[in-house]
Parts: sequence; C-alpha cells; structure tokens
Amino acid sequence: MEEKEIKFLEESFKKYYFDNFELIHVPERTSEREFGFQKFNSGMTRHISLKDDKELHLLFMQNIPSDVYCSNAYYSFPNLAMNEKDWKGADLIFDIDAKDLHLDCRQNHCVTKCNECNQVSNLNDHCSKCNSTKLDTKSLPCKNCIDASKKEIIKLSNILIDDLGVERNNIHVYFSGNEGFHVYVYNSQFQELGSRERAELVDYIMFRGAIPETFGMKKLKPNRSLFPKFEEKGWRGRLSKEIFGSQSKRSKIISDLISNGYLDFQKNLKNISCKIGAQVDPNVTMDIHRIFRLPGSLNSKSGLTKIFCKDLQKFDPYSEASFLNENTVEITANCPIEFKLKNKKFGPYDNEIATVPTYAAAYMICKNLATIS
Amino acid sequence: MITLGKDEIAKYPFLADAGQYLKDKGFTLEQFGTDPDLKISLEKAFNRVQVSTEGKIYKSDLIGGEASKDYVLEREVFSFLLAIVLLKLTKMTTLIKRFALAEARRAEKYLEKDLANITDGSKKELAIKIIDDLFSIQIKKQDDYFIIPISNYLKHSVNFYEREWKLINRHVGNGFVFLTPHETVRLIRKELSNYISSKIINAKTPSMISGFEEPVDKLISLSKKFVTYTVTTGEYPPCIKHAIEVLEKGENLPHSGRFMLGTFLLARNQSIEQIAPLFKNAPDYNERVTLYQLNHLSGTSGSGTKYSCPSCEKLKTQNLCFAIPECDNIINPIQFGKKRK
Repeated sequence: MEEKEIKFLEESFKKYYFDNFELIHVPERTSEREFGFQKFNSGMTRHISLKDDKELHLLFMQNIPSDVYCSNAYYSFPNLAMNEKDWKGADLIFDIDAKDLHLDCRQNHCVTKCNECNQVSNLNDHCSKCNSTKLDTKSLPCKNCIDASKKEIIKLSNILIDDLGVERNNIHVYFSGNEGFHVYVYNSQFQELGSRERAELVDYIMFRGAIPETFGMKKLKPNRSLFPKFEEKGWRGRLSKEIFGSQSKRSKIISDLISNGYLDFQKNLKNISCKIGAQVDPNVTMDIHRIFRLPGSLNSKSGLTKIFCKDLQKFDPYSEASFLNENTVEITANCPIEFKLKNKKFGPYDNEIATVPTYAAAYMICKNLATIS
Repeated sequence: MITLGKDEIAKYPFLADAGQYLKDKGFTLEQFGTDPDLKISLEKAFNRVQVSTEGKIYKSDLIGGEASKDYVLEREVFSFLLAIVLLKLTKMTTLIKRFALAEARRAEKYLEKDLANITDGSKKELAIKIIDDLFSIQIKKQDDYFIIPISNYLKHSVNFYEREWKLINRHVGNGFVFLTPHETVRLIRKELSNYISSKIINAKTPSMISGFEEPVDKLISLSKKFVTYTVTTGEYPPCIKHAIEVLEKGENLPHSGRFMLGTFLLARNQSIEQIAPLFKNAPDYNERVTLYQLNHLSGTSGSGTKYSCPSCEKLKTQNLCFAIPECDNIINPIQFGKKRK
C-alpha cells in the first residue's frame, strides 16, 4: 500500500476510533490478557498489557493501528515473552469463515490480484496477463456467504448447548469484520483445556473421526437394534435424522445400510461430516496463545468493524458493521465486482475514477482494489 | 486421604506407605531374604515382576477381591512391596514401566468391580474416591452409567490412540460423557500406571539385601531382551511428500503444514540450510522470515524450545494427513519407515 492510501486510511480509522469509543471496551479480566496491534505496512507489536478502557483508547490515539488484537488466554504476566507468560486458561473461540465453506458463489465475488504486475482478473491459479502464480485472492463476500456462515453458527450453538453443556448466554457471536464470524464461549468447563483437548472438541463439533460402531454398524453380524433412534440425543440422534429422514423410512434404510456393508457406511460418515458438522477452522480453536481481533476495532482487510451480533438472524454486516464516515473521496477503482454498503450499491469499476463515501473507498482500498486519485 | 481396609490394601497396594506397612507388621526387609517361612513372599514378588514382563497380569491369591485368611492378604501386599524392592535393585526402567502397567491393569479389575458393586455401596464410594483423589476425575452415577465432565474426560482420553476413545465416538450430553464402569477405569489406566511407576521411581533404593541377589540377577538378564534397535528406510511419509509437492508447485501451504514440514525435517537431522530452499516457491516466500522461523523451530533462537513434529492425530484435524497403508500403527510422522531390528 502506498503512502497516500495509508494516510487516508489512518485518518479515517482515527476518526472512527475518536467518535466511537463507546463501541470499544477491554474484555473481562483485562490485566490478564495480552494485547497486540499492527500499523499499516508494518509488523505486529504484541505482548502488551493494559489495565482498562482508558489505556486502550490511548493506544488507539497514539498509534492509529490498522488492527488491534487481544488474547483469548489469561496469563499471570501477559507482557512477558511467550514462555514466561504463565498461561492460566483461555476462552474457547471458534472461527467460521465463509471462504472455508466452499460455496459456489465464491467465484462470482472473488478476484485475483497479481503480485508481479498488479493485474486484477477473475479467480484463477495464474495471472491472465503475465502468467505468474504469485497471486492474492480478494473476496467481497456476498449475502449468501453471510447466510451460509450463520447456518454454521446455529449448528455450532446447538452442539455447544445440547451436547457440551454450555449456557446460551455464555455464547457470544461477533462478525469478524471481513468474511466470517467469531464465536466466543465464556465461563465454561473448557477454559483450562490445552491444545490437544481443544482439537478433540473441534473434531466432535465438526463430526470428524466417527467410527461406524458408534452408530450401530459392525464389521461382523450388524445388529439392527444398535442403530440410532430419532429421539436420541447428541450425534446419534442428529445422524439418525439425517440418514433416515423420517421414522417410517428407518427400517428400510437400516436394511440397506447393512446390505451395503461396513466400508460403505464408513465412507458415508466421512461424506456426511461437512453437512451435519459445524464447519469451523480447527487451527483457530486449537491455538491457545492466539490473539484475536478486538471487538469494536476495525478490520484492515475491509474497513468494517468487528461487532457483536445482537440478533444473528437479522444481522447484516454490510449495514451494521460499516461505521466509517460519509465524506466523499475521489479514487481510482479497479474493482470488477459490485458490492453494497449501508444499503447503497457500488461498482463494478473498471480502472476508473469514482467519487465515493469514505466507507466505500476504504473498503476497496483495504482490499487493494482502489487507490486515492 | 483415603482410609483403606485390609482388603483394600491388598487390592490397591500402591496406595499403602511401603516402609510403614512393613514396620507396622513388625518385619524388616532382611527377614524376607533369609527367613524360610517368609521367602515365599520374595518368590511371589519375583513372579509378580516376571509375569508383568510377559504382558500378563499377576494372578492374585485373592478371590473376588477378598481373602479367606489374613495371612493371604498380607502376603499379597508383601509381594507387591518386595517387587518394588527388586525393581529398585535391578535399576531397569523398562521393567518398572512394564510392572507398573501390569499392576495398573490388575487394580483396574478391582476398581471396575467395586464401581459396579450394587450390593455394597461403600465399595463403590471408595472406588469413586480413589479415582477422584488420585486423578481429579469427578464421577457421578446416573442410571446405568458413570458420568464425568467432558473437560475431565478429554484430559485423559487424548492419550489414547484408539478411535473409540475420541469424543465423537462417545455418548455425550449436557456437558458430560457417559461411561460404563469398565470404560471409566480404562480411562485412567495410563495415569494409574504412571502413578505406580512414579511411586517406584521416587522410592529409595536400598543396598543389596542378602537373599535378594539371585532374583535381582535373573530380572536383569530378563530385561535385556527388551532392548531393541531400529532402522529407518529414509522414505518420507505421505503427509510430508504432499507438503513438499504443494510447495514445489508454488501453491500456498498453510502455516500448520509449514510447521509440520520444518519440525519433521529437523527431527530427521536436516540442517536449516538444507530445509530453507524448500520454501522458495511459496507465494509469500521471504528468506529472512523463513530462516527466522526455522531457527525458532529448532530452538536455536527465541525461547530455546525445540518444537516436535505434530502427531498424526493432530495432522488429521488440520487436514494435513494423507495416510497410506504403510502409516498403520504409527502415531507420529517421524516413526514412518522405522523398523525394529
């Protein structure tokens, strides 16, 4: 990113932070958390400890960061080096990202930008102009992406509540500010679990690693009575509803499953996992030392805010998470995809000059699809 | 603190204070090496260690966890305590490990029986208390099952490699895992075995006792057969081959994949200079960052921690596993191609 664009974004971000302090708060157990931030075109500064909102707001004003992060972990000494922090526990966090859901719509709203010649072209594995494979993919997620992510959040919440015993009011959903959502679980029995144990939880939630025997199928002499019933709780009940569809079909389908054999059943379990399991990013949940974007802060990949979703069903990130100002600015936009922010349509732009509100300019500049004229 | 009755000490002798028990009974170790009437306990102790080396569980004189006569009970405890003395005198860790596992499996049988005891509630309560005191697992009875909090379950189950122990293959509800008495005690086998072996390792080693020389020598020669040598074919496992292919094609390998590749090759004794060029084709290649990260993994920079290659289980979760039949029975990529000689 060039100086002009950085200056523009820094000014816009600073104004946002100055005008919206009420949106940005330190999380509970503040002094036990590690904070970090990045400035535009610069590396990460982390291992910071803060006491309260005042210190946080000062950090914003002094540094005008592009991104601000906070650990889900609690430490005795959050400002020391990693191996000296003394890890005490961490909130359980799930990342649901539309780009991991392999949606068909993706090819309609993704472009690639070549690192060598800056050519913007349709989603491809090489540059249409210079053939380089060093490409950055830029996505302008659509409503379908958000709706599909919401479905995953609902699946996840149901498993957390019904199976893992998490109370509904301890599950907080945030829009990440770009392509997905972060689901935080507070005050649960899982706070002190390490990385390996969290990996197991992830496999459970994603329905991975299931063996046929768990669902009544055996290699030798399968027994009809061991197959799951509709009213059962947990995965047996959910799988039962998925494969039998209705009570009346159960008997016939069990006969089919038995005649198709063990290996076929095993294959079915694997194939069905992405349908019934919640599609979360396993690496995020397993990482117990990660720092996560701070709620209320801006995402430098989009200029949108990471924001708490009060009503997930109705939540529309493109109107509710866009907080940058309305002042117009002239840009040269090379954004071949139409997008909507604050209920207003923008684009497509074919390397052309356009005058747009700051929030829309920042959105394209953050995605490296526009420059200040 | 758990208060044990006579029966319980025989069933769970590792809970007794060894030195105190002998003292209370009025015996010294020397007597067991010389007194013809007590020598049977030493023979039983030898036998107790020997069967453990064969992967078997010592056949107890107890019947259904109880003894008809008090001296049978005492002999049962003595043989355990003397077995520890023999193991300390042999100084062979491999024997201690095998013995501890066999003893854990023996105790498991009694714990399972006590948990399932519906006529004598005190036995069930004691088993629950032992499990809670020793391993901090809070078990509750619910209908035909024992239920334990998921977080408690996971801390133990992650040490198992059999897929049936994965949480997904368990009956789970409302934050609890439902287990049978057998599964409950199986869950703590490894910890029980670790508990027993740490008790043995931390016990004082006595000087050689007259009459103990012969069984000690026999056990030392027995332990020699457990020394194994391994050879490596040098071939890379499919997960590593896949990661290298991705990089060669100039495609993006996720951070977790790079971590796996780096730690694997370092474990195979490749130098950072040999490994770094592999990353040259990565879309975001930066020589300085690559060297920094490899140095970090090898422990030559940063905290000094040398990172290990992730387990196959973890790689499966990260979508980095591409198992082939040759991967059977390995739990970490670095074991691929290793054969016992």
